[in-house]
Amino acid sequence: METQIISNTTSPTSTATEHPAAWKWYDYFRFNVDHKVIGIQYLVTSFVFYLIGGLMAMALRTELYTPDPDVLNPNLYNAFMTNHGTIMIFLWIVPAAIGGFGNYLIPLMIGARDMAFPKLNAIAFWLNPPAGALLLASFLFGGSQSGWTAYPPLSLITANTAQTLWILSIVLVGTSSILGSVNFVVTILKMKVPSMQWSQLPLFCWAILATSVLALLSTPVLAAGLVLLLFDINFGTSFFKPDAGGNVVLYQHLFWFYSHPAVYLMILPIFGIMSEVIPPHARKPIFGYKAIAYSSLAICIVGLFVWVHHMFTSGTPPWMRVFFTVSTLIVAVPTGVKIFGWVATLWGGKIRFTSAMLFALGLLSMFVIGGLGGVTLGTAPFDLHVHDTYYVVGHFHYVLFGGSVFGIYAGIYHWFPKMTGRMMNERLGQLHFVLTFIGTHLTFLPMHKLGLQGMPRRVAMYDPQFVNLNHLCTVGAFVLGISVLPFFINAVWSWIAGAKAPDNPWNALTLEWTTSSPPPVENWEVLPVVTHGPYDYGMGYGVSHDSNPDANDSSDDSSAPPASNPILALD
Amino acid sequence: MQGSTLDSTQPPHPVPAAESHADLRVWGLLTFLASESLMFGGFFAAYLVLRGGAAEWPPAGTEVELLLPTLNTLVLVSSSFVIHLGDTAIKQNNVAGLRKWYILTALMGSIFLIGQIYEYLTLGYGLTSNIFSNCFYLMTGFHGLHVFVGLLLILGVLWRSRQTGHYSDAQHVGVEMAEIYWHFVDIIWIVLFTLLYILTVF
Amino acid sequence: MKQIPASILTLLAGIVITLVSLWVGQHHGLLPEQASEQAPLVDRFFSVMVTIGTALFLVVQGALIIFIIKFRRRSGDETDGLPIEGSIPLEILWTAVPAIIVIGLGIYSVDVYAQMGGFAPAGGMVAHHHTRPHHWFTPDAVAASLEPNSGLMAAPATLAKYGIGAAAGQTDSADLTVNVTGLQYAWLFNYPDSGIVSGELHVPLGQSVQLNFTAQDVIHSFWIPQFRLKQDVIPGENTELHFVATKVGTYPVVCAELCGGYHGSMRTQIIVHNPDEFAVWLQQNQIASHA
Ligand code: HEM
Ligand SMILES: [Cu+2]
Ligand SMILES: [Cu+2]
Repeated sequence: METQIISNTTSPTSTATEHPAAWKWYDYFRFNVDHKVIGIQYLVTSFVFYLIGGLMAMALRTELYTPDPDVLNPNLYNAFMTNHGTIMIFLWIVPAAIGGFGNYLIPLMIGARDMAFPKLNAIAFWLNPPAGALLLASFLFGGSQSGWTAYPPLSLITANTAQTLWILSIVLVGTSSILGSVNFVVTILKMKVPSMQWSQLPLFCWAILATSVLALLSTPVLAAGLVLLLFDINFGTSFFKPDAGGNVVLYQHLFWFYSHPAVYLMILPIFGIMSEVIPPHARKPIFGYKAIAYSSLAICIVGLFVWVHHMFTSGTPPWMRVFFTVSTLIVAVPTGVKIFGWVATLWGGKIRFTSAMLFALGLLSMFVIGGLGGVTLGTAPFDLHVHDTYYVVGHFHYVLFGGSVFGIYAGIYHWFPKMTGRMMNERLGQLHFVLTFIGTHLTFLPMHKLGLQGMPRRVAMYDPQFVNLNHLCTVGAFVLGISVLPFFINAVWSWIAGAKAPDNPWNALTLEWTTSSPPPVENWEVLPVVTHGPYDYGMGYGVSHDSNPDANDSSDDSSAPPASNPILALD
Repeated sequence: MQGSTLDSTQPPHPVPAAESHADLRVWGLLTFLASESLMFGGFFAAYLVLRGGAAEWPPAGTEVELLLPTLNTLVLVSSSFVIHLGDTAIKQNNVAGLRKWYILTALMGSIFLIGQIYEYLTLGYGLTSNIFSNCFYLMTGFHGLHVFVGLLLILGVLWRSRQTGHYSDAQHVGVEMAEIYWHFVDIIWIVLFTLLYILTVF
Repeated sequence: MKQIPASILTLLAGIVITLVSLWVGQHHGLLPEQASEQAPLVDRFFSVMVTIGTALFLVVQGALIIFIIKFRRRSGDETDGLPIEGSIPLEILWTAVPAIIVIGLGIYSVDVYAQMGGFAPAGGMVAHHHTRPHHWFTPDAVAASLEPNSGLMAAPATLAKYGIGAAAGQTDSADLTVNVTGLQYAWLFNYPDSGIVSGELHVPLGQSVQLNFTAQDVIHSFWIPQFRLKQDVIPGENTELHFVATKVGTYPVVCAELCGGYHGSMRTQIIVHNPDEFAVWLQQNQIASHA
C-alpha cells in the first residue's frame, strides 16, 4: 500500500527494553501477548486439529464404504462422528478463521500495534489447547456419541463422562470465543489509525466485526444450554427430562440459537478473506465496497432470527415453520450480494492465478452450490423430506469445506509470505488446489442424491441400495485426505527454506503490506498514514502500473499518488 | 492512552500496547457484560418455557419464601447506590471516601450472599426436588456466583487503594469497572427476583 | 454506467439457460417415487427450486468461467485492471431479483405447506378429495376433532400439538389410526381398533391414515422417503402425521434422528395394500393376535 512514511529517521524499535527484536521459535510455544504470535499459534494449533478431525472423517468414510457396520463398532463410529464435527467446527474453522487470521491481521490492517487487550487475547488462545485435550481425553471414556448437537435425552443417557468432558470442552472454546470477540469489537471500533476513514476499513475488518458481534450475542446462550445439560447429566436436575417436567425441544432452541449463528461465525470471516484476496490478484477494486460491508452486518442481524430452520420436524408449531422459512430465505439475499460482488470484481481485471486466487475462485464456485442447497433447505415443506439426511450433509460440507476451508487455504497462500517472510511454492499450491477441488465435489456432490433418495445422516449402516454413491463419497474422501499432503509439505518446507518474500509480493494495497515480512514486533517502526482506499487498484497506487513496471518487487519505494483521478463507479 | 501509539511523527512506543489503552477496558467490560447478560437471557427463556409447560408452578411443597429475599433485594439494590458514592468520591480525589463506600458495598454484598445461603438452608427443598427447584437453585446460584465475583472485584479495588496514589481523580478505571459490574449483578437480580419470587407468588 | 450490450449472444445465452433450467427442473431424477398425496406437492415445489437454482447456477458459474478466461492476465502484462468500484443500478438489480425470487419461493412454500395440511395438526385428515379448495388458517381447525385414542399400549394421553398432514376444516377423523412407538432401535405399530401390534406398518390405499407418535427413550424421527413426510418422535411431546397413500407397494420406514449406535439399523417397512387386501390382512392378524 502506498503510504507516506513521514519520518524516515528510523528509530530501532527493538532495542527498547520491553521485548526482544524478534520472536524466537520457542516464543511460539509460550504465553505471548503479541497478536501476531497469537494468530500463528491459533493457525498452527487449529491445523493440527484439522488433521485429527480429518483422520476421523476418513475412518467414517471407510466404514461407510460398505452398508454393514464392519470396520468400526457403531458406538465408536458415533464417537468419531461426534468428535469429527466438534473438532472441525470448534477447533479448526472457528479458531483458524477468527482466532488465526483475525488476530494476525486486524491490528495490521487498521494500523495498530496490537489488539486492545493483549493479555486477554493470549488467555483466550490458551483456553483452546486444554479444550482440545478434553475432547481427545473423552475417548478414554468412550467418546461423546450424541452428535455435535448433543440432543437430550440421547446425550443424557450415553457415555456420561465423555459427554461431560465434551460439554466442558465446548464451554472452554466458547469462553475463548467470547473473550476474543470482546477484543475484536473494541480493537476495530477504537484503535484504527486516525488517518483511516471508516470507508477505508478493509472488508475483512467489517467481517470480523460482524462475526464478533454475532459470537457475543449467541455464544452465551449455548453456554446456558450446556450448563443445563451438564446439570442434568451430573447433578440430578431434569431440565431436559420430560418425565420430570423437563422439555427436550427447549434444548434445541437454546442450541440452535447459538449454532445457526455459529455457521456464520464460520463463513463471515471467510467472506472477509475473499474480499481481501480477490482484488489484489485480479488487480481490480472490490465491486461494491459498501454493499459487501453492509451485507455482513445484515447477515449478522438476520442470522440471529433463523435458527428454527434446523427444527422444522421437531415439535414446532406451524407459525414458527412459516416465520422461519421466510427469515431463512431472506438471509440468502445479502449472501448473494457478496457473491455477485466478487464475480463482478473479476470483470475487467487482470486475473493472476496464484494459489490464493485459485482457492478463492474455487470457493466462489463451490459456495454457490452450497448456498442454493441452503435455500431449498430453508423451505419447511421441502425440508420435511430432507432434514437429517445426507442432503443436509452435502449442503453443509459445500459451505464449510467448499467455503470455509477453501477460504482458509486462500488466506494462508495469500498471507503466508507476510507471516513467515517466505513464499510458498506455487506448483505444489496448484496441485493442492486441483486435488482439493476434485475431492470436494466427488465426496459431497453425491451426498445430495443419497439424502433425497432416502439415506439418513449419522448412520454407521445403511440400506444396500445406496452403496454405489457411497463408494464415490469414500473415494472422494481419500482424495481429500491425500490433498492435504502437498499443502502440508509446502507449508513446512517453505517456512524453513522457501524463497525470501518481499514486503508486498502481491502489490496489495492494505496496510499489512506496508511493513516488513514478517513484521517487526511493533508492527511498524513508524505508523503508516492512509492515503487511499484499501482496494484502489488501477488508480495508479499500486507499484505495478504500466508506467512503473519494474518496481514491483518491493513496497518500499512510494510512487506518488496520482494527481487526482478519483474514478468512481461506472455510473 | 493511545495518542502516542498512533501519532506517526513520534518514535514508536516502546511497549506493546498492553498497558497503553487504559480507557478501553471499560469498553471491553461493557461488551463482555452485554454478552454475559445473554447467558442469563438463556436461563430466563428456559425458565419461562419450563414454567409454561407446567401444570402447577411452583409445584406444591416448593413455594418460595418472600420476606427474607425481599430484604435481601433491598440490600443489594441499595448497595448499587452506595457503590456509586464511592465512585463519586474518587472522582473528587477522595480516596478515603472511596474506601468507606466500597467497604460498605462489600459488607452489603456479603449480607446478600449470607442471606442467600441462609435461604437455601431453610427452604426445605433442594436442587433436585423438582423442575421448579432445579431452576430456582440454578439461577440463584449462578447469580450468587456473579455476586461473589463482584465482591472479589470490590475487595481487589480496596486492596489496591491502600497504596497511596494508585487511584486518583485522573486514574480510577478499576474502580469504575468494579462499579459497572456491580450494577450489572444488581440488574440481573431484579429480573431474577421478579421471575422467581414475585411472579410465582402472585 | 456502461450498458451491457444487449447483443444477440446475451439473448441466446438467456434462452439456452432458461431452456436448460426448465429441462433440468423436470428431469433431475433425484427424488424417489411418489406414494402419498403430499409427495407430488413437494416434488413440484422442488422442481421449481431446481429450475431456479439451475438458472442461477449457470449464470454465476458461466460468468465466473467467462471472466476467468477473458480477464486472465496475459504474460508480461503488469498493469492493473479497470478501476471500477461498483455500480448502483447493478447492485440494486442483484439485490432485488434474489429478493423477489425468495419472497416468491416463500409464498409458494407456505402454500405447499398448507396443502400438505401443515396448518392443522391435532386431528382431522388429509385432503384426499382433490376437488375441495384448500382453505388454510381456519381458526377452528385446531379445535377440531378430539378423537379419543384407545390404543393398547403407549397411546398418547393428550391431543398432539404438532404434526403434519391434516386439512383444515376437516373435522371427521381418519379412516385408520395407528399408534406408533419409537424405541431404540425399532418401530412398533399398534392398531387400537383391532388390537394388532406389528413391526411393520400396513395401510390401505387411498384412505386417510393418522399416526400418533410416542417415544419411549430418546428422540426418533419417522420418515417415509416415498411419502416425503417426516416427523420427529419426541419424548414428552405428542406428534402426529396424516397421509393418504396413493400407490400400492412396500416402502422403507426410516429413523432420521440420531438415537444411538444402531440408529442406522432402525428401519422397517410400510406396506400399502388395496383396501380389500388390507381387510384380509387385518382379519388374519386380528386372529393371530387373539389366538
Ligand atoms: C444461503 C445461505 C444458507 C441457507 C439458506 C442455509 C440453510 C440451512 C438450513 C435450512 C439448514 C437445516 C437443514 C436441516 O437440518 O434440515 C442448514 C444446515 C446447516 N447449514 Fe446451512 N444455510 C446456508 C448457508 C450455510 C453456511 C454459510 C454454513 C456454514 C459455513 C452453513 C452450515 C450449515 C450446517 C453446519 C448445517 C447442519 C447443521 C446440523 O444439523 O448439524 N450453512 N442450512
Ligand atoms: Cu442454520
Ligand atoms: Cu434413530
